[in-house]
Amino acid sequence: MEKGKINNLIQELSAQCPDLGSLQSFAGASSNVLHGNDILQNRRRKLCASLEEAIQRTGLEDGMTISFHHAFREGDKVINMVMGTLARLGFRNLTLASSSLLNTNAPLIEHIKNGVITKIYTSGLRGKLADAISHGLMDTPVHIHSHGGRVHLLQTGEIKIDVAFLAVSSSDVFGNANGTRGRSPCGSLGYAKVDAEYARQVVLLTDEIVAFPNTPISISQDRVDCVVKIDEIGDVSQISQGAARTTHDPRELLIARFAADVVEFSGYFKQGFSLQTGSGGSSIAATRFLEKKMISNGITAHFALGGITSSIVELHEKGLIDVLVDTQSFDSVAAESLGKSVKHLEVSTNEYANPSSKGAFCDQLDVAILSALEIDTGFNVNVITGSNGMIRGASGGHCDVAAAACLTIVVAPLIRCRIPTVVKRVTTLVTPGESIDVLVTDHGIAVNPARPELDARLREAGLQVMTIEELYNRAVSLSGVSDPIQFTDRIVGVIRYRDGSVIDVVRQVKGCLP
Amino acid sequence: MKLRRSMLFLPGSKAAMLSTAFVYKPDCVMFDLEDAVSLREKDSARLMVFHILRTDAYKGIETVVRINPLNTPYGLKDLEAAIRAGADAVRLPKTDCANDIHELDAEVARIEMECGCPIGRTKLLAAIESASGVINAVSIATASKRMIGIALAGFDYVIDMQSQRGDGAKPELFYARCAVLHAARAAGIDAFDVVYSDINDDAGFLKEVELIRHLGFNGKSLIHPRQIELLHNAYAPTEKEVSYSRRVIEAAAKAEKEGVGVIALDGKMIDAPIVSQAQRVLQRAEASGIRR
Amino acid sequence: MRIITEAVAGSLESSDLLVKVSPSRDKTLEIYVTSDVIEQFGTQIRHVVDDTLKRLAVTDGLIVIEDKGALDYAIRARVQTAVLRGAACKELNWEQLS
Repeated sequence: MEKGKINNLIQELSAQCPDLGSLQSFAGASSNVLHGNDILQNRRRKLCASLEEAIQRTGLEDGMTISFHHAFREGDKVINMVMGTLARLGFRNLTLASSSLLNTNAPLIEHIKNGVITKIYTSGLRGKLADAISHGLMDTPVHIHSHGGRVHLLQTGEIKIDVAFLAVSSSDVFGNANGTRGRSPCGSLGYAKVDAEYARQVVLLTDEIVAFPNTPISISQDRVDCVVKIDEIGDVSQISQGAARTTHDPRELLIARFAADVVEFSGYFKQGFSLQTGSGGSSIAATRFLEKKMISNGITAHFALGGITSSIVELHEKGLIDVLVDTQSFDSVAAESLGKSVKHLEVSTNEYANPSSKGAFCDQLDVAILSALEIDTGFNVNVITGSNGMIRGASGGHCDVAAAACLTIVVAPLIRCRIPTVVKRVTTLVTPGESIDVLVTDHGIAVNPARPELDARLREAGLQVMTIEELYNRAVSLSGVSDPIQFTDRIVGVIRYRDGSVIDVVRQVKGCLP
Repeated sequence: MKLRRSMLFLPGSKAAMLSTAFVYKPDCVMFDLEDAVSLREKDSARLMVFHILRTDAYKGIETVVRINPLNTPYGLKDLEAAIRAGADAVRLPKTDCANDIHELDAEVARIEMECGCPIGRTKLLAAIESASGVINAVSIATASKRMIGIALAGFDYVIDMQSQRGDGAKPELFYARCAVLHAARAAGIDAFDVVYSDINDDAGFLKEVELIRHLGFNGKSLIHPRQIELLHNAYAPTEKEVSYSRRVIEAAAKAEKEGVGVIALDGKMIDAPIVSQAQRVLQRAEASGIRR
Repeated sequence: MRIITEAVAGSLESSDLLVKVSPSRDKTLEIYVTSDVIEQFGTQIRHVVDDTLKRLAVTDGLIVIEDKGALDYAIRARVQTAVLRGAACKELNWEQLS
């Protein structure tokens, strides 16, 4: 139809229904297309020759918010690389929203000192970066949130990601990406999926560009703006270093055995139960002991949730756990299983643990085995600061899972190198005592007084149950009473509960950085 | 009847182990000042053991100190430390004849008197590590009222015998095991079997435990905490053994109540040794449940 | 007890401590303690070291301690051993050591 005739149509419409007068007339098939007329060029339009080009295309400016995920844990290369580039390009006053930060992120100290980063949202901090922040490196307090809580903050708009820089193991030219193909498979992109959903601009960094369309699709092309190929996104052998490792330590194994006993006699050990184990040595080891009990009792689990380890994958492959729900793959065995088992599912943190999600997996969880740096006589848990007041851990999924699971077990040695785990009051409150049901230590088991029926069941089964006060007294009799830590009044960290509320703060430690 | 199934060896020089080993709850713990400690560290280990014994970290666990032989520069000082710190028992290595025990007994009595603790409080264990020791096992086992146990130590014994440690059946220990066991029974004390050094070989360990349990050994020397649970479970009675033992005890109680001299169960006569056996079974069940 | 020679006891293994003693240069008692748990247990460690030295009647010497989270019993034992070695003392006075 000619232009004139179409214009007449608009006039006619407008005469009949005035609010239709603002509609536009057709002006040619390519007139309103976003990306230009060259069809073949369009297909490759997202590819950037360099990270600098991608940064430029995103329109990133000073004062904006950038985000990363930490699926590569200590093997991550992208966070430091991107931050280094942004620093070199002269960016300043950025808000860094990484799903977590680890020992390997010490280079960020320089960027903070130089004003490149002025605000941080993270689930955890470790190593030299954590030490520096504990000693007052930053002017504004760091926000420490849980995994589920991070998604909540994205949904409320408190965190507004302008540009997400997401490391992915493979991507095609259009941005369909996953963590299971390529030479650096990290497994689940659970954290990254959320950022891809909420960020204004999404830059994928990969060391493997594959033919279009990439499968499987964890992050879809319809959320991606730029794709950059780099030499190496991460060292997958470092994923299971640090917190997530299998133990041979007899003390950790003793604790793991007790934990498995607690599960067995808790009343929740039934056919079709569900399970999550955290990333500490005893938590992971508990699966070995549970396996024996599952076999001898003829019980299988319907699903295992959370950070998935090779121990859990083994149970899945033996048919003892039906479905694996994976938000983070803790080692290469888990990453590989995600790639090949139909019942090993990848879920975003929104599906995993966000309290304001329409459905979070943790709400369906029966048993959780988590760790702790400190737990007090009210069963409140600290997973973020050491007993010397320094930040050295992560909130992670702790408070999410603890709040939602039917049975939450915390495993920890009573004393770690003279430092008692059971204290009168935690240095920093991350997970409230009302979410914790049982504490399992090498010296004995304590049950939250709010669960008297559980206490009775465990005692009946002949387990070494005592009160938490008795455990506290035992710790003091061995270690002695510790001096209180000296803090200044200045706040260096804000602990955000999963619903966004402030549950505690971390204050600056007195004294200088050693 | 003190249960002595597990005797966990701890080198007296290792702070980390001394500070934490009580959580594994062995029946006995043996603080070693002898073979596990180098000559240069003998003095240091002695004081470590002295001081840990003075805390109540090992309350509820029988404490034994393996001293150096009395004819070394260390033995007597070790003995002083052990007794003054309140160890339950002292283990004498390389016990070859009854006189070794007489000598030790005399020193123990002297020290107990000097430090004002109850005479007779400190018990003794003899370790048999040579052919002579095996031959003299009975006189060693009966050499003192303080004796509570006699242990076979395989490593040195096999060298003395000009034999060698083998895998599996270990026939090289056969006679020694039987001799030590008989001596223990004749003296009314406990018998302990040798250390199993491959801590990663659960199957081999359990096979050996099954053998010695069957022979009648009261317990075994252990060198790693993970062996404790395995051993206790192997020593735990079966469901069948427990229910039979309960019935024996009930029958004995019934006979006692009725003033009847003879205990009868299922038409058979039950005499005193069977009742003692039943008590031992129930004691083991109490300690670690039914065998899994 | 007088420290007449340099001596060492203990180790840097976890839960242990390394104690080095040497004769004093100027008849004073100097004690230096570093520890993995200095903020939490510095006071307690110092108290145990002071008490142990006092009971052995050590009034001068240079005592340097590197602690790896040792419990009180180990601190006593290692300090006593180092002092006895440093004093070349073979006799054990159990009252002083208890």
